[in-house]
Amino acid sequence: MANTDITSKEMDGMGPHGTVVGLLRVLGPAHVWALGVGIVLVGEYMGWNFAVGKGGAYAALIACWFAGILYTCVAMIDSEVTSTVAAAGGQYTQAKHIVGPLMAFNVGLYLTFAYTMLEAANAITAGYLISVVASMTGYAGELDQRPFIIMVIMFLAWLNYRGVLATLTFNLVITAIAFVAIIVLFLSTSGILGGGIMQHAALMEGHELPYGWIGVLAAMHFGLWYYLGIEGTTQAAEEVRSPARALPFGTLAGIMTLLIAATLTWYVCSGILPWEYLGDGVDGAVAPLFSAAQLSGSNALVWLLGIGTLFATLASANGCINDASRAWFAMGRDKYLPGWFGAVHPKYRTPYRSIIFLVPIALIFALGAPLDQVITFSILSGLLEYTFMPLNVILFRKKWPLNSIKRGYEHPFHPLPAIVLLCLCGITFFAVFLGYGTQLIAMIGFYIVVSLWFHFWRYRFVNRGTQFTMPWPKPQGY
Amino acid sequence: METWQLLEYAAWGVSALLGLFMVIDWLKTDTTYSEDVLTSSREGELEAMTEEHKI
Repeated sequence: MANTDITSKEMDGMGPHGTVVGLLRVLGPAHVWALGVGIVLVGEYMGWNFAVGKGGAYAALIACWFAGILYTCVAMIDSEVTSTVAAAGGQYTQAKHIVGPLMAFNVGLYLTFAYTMLEAANAITAGYLISVVASMTGYAGELDQRPFIIMVIMFLAWLNYRGVLATLTFNLVITAIAFVAIIVLFLSTSGILGGGIMQHAALMEGHELPYGWIGVLAAMHFGLWYYLGIEGTTQAAEEVRSPARALPFGTLAGIMTLLIAATLTWYVCSGILPWEYLGDGVDGAVAPLFSAAQLSGSNALVWLLGIGTLFATLASANGCINDASRAWFAMGRDKYLPGWFGAVHPKYRTPYRSIIFLVPIALIFALGAPLDQVITFSILSGLLEYTFMPLNVILFRKKWPLNSIKRGYEHPFHPLPAIVLLCLCGITFFAVFLGYGTQLIAMIGFYIVVSLWFHFWRYRFVNRGTQFTMPWPKPQGY
Repeated sequence: METWQLLEYAAWGVSALLGLFMVIDWLKTDTTYSEDVLTSSREGELEAMTEEHKI
């Protein structure tokens, strides 16, 4: 039971639109940073190194920086639009206000799938890491990973259910530890503190670009892994105390953190591990930063990076539950999905039904689907979302120019970031097509089918009048 | 029985408890409050209030 009777006749609701129970505005810029970086940092600990397998170490570095440009554009565009459309649902809500209902429905699904798949992939990884710890501590038997995978999902869902402040404060602590672990590894192995063990020249000589420039293109697919998920900061929009300040601040600080972490990760791993081993994320370096720590000869570093890997995985799964549930909740609230999902818990002030609904879906994927397929589905959904962003911001600036609505942040050089983002998305689609063409076509087919369903059936239930709640002037040209 | 086997059972147990907590609380909440209250959340409340303050 709630401590206060929110249905009391004396209380006239929380806001002018009639909200009696809404999401709680308790977050600051540090929580936004923790949400964005927390989702992504696991990509530094594992996954990015498949880019080395596709094109060699230099190709992975080029992919790292090109993907860095792509995501810097994403972060700048997101910061401007979300500081203005500060509501749960993030890009879904942006699409609803700026493009239209069908785009919004698709973007909402991209978000939910990208985050739920990533959550499942993280839970699988956490189960695997716990089995590694078991074998390292001398356990001779075969550890059943399933109870640990389920426990990770249930624990984090429970945390999310109980309140957003505790959830993202937890993320802040474990993300900060995982980030500091990368810095400590860099300082300890590069020669800044103690003796350096880097062998870049020897390891890369003769293997600069083993598959030529097509290898660089192919590496772009996994180059996304360094930053995939930073756009998730927007989902906190309805729960931050000051959206116009906290969202741009947290998001831009997040992308800067990731650019540093990604470059340091590449530098450390490619200077210690041979590219053939580093590029094989299945039978070689599953967790390259951890492998680098093992080769450093320091037990303290092995433990620190082991803890960092586990924390990064948990932070990512935690942020994904937060984001997927907000996107699902926002769609329910507008009746793009059954309105039942638009409920807020009167005591914990979280979208509790959306959180619970997504638990079995994450469990099915975590226990029943292969990791690479789950990750690919997540990347492809993310990529479709990034392709929507440049079109969205161009329309936003056209319909509501800078002097028409006040923004918390105005991204520079418009429309250059939008054009660069669109071009890089095109290149990445081609790179994905090279490796996962069938999945790409299957997934686009899926989104076409659900779009038809939405257009011909579901749209009749949408709250057409009440879904546009921002006190904006009429768009130019209307 | 080895420690890791015990931890496996503990993980099953913790998962079941957390799941049970959420389901019981969900049912309790849904039966305590009306659907109108639970689904009363609307976006843009902060923006609307800021607008009202200007007026």
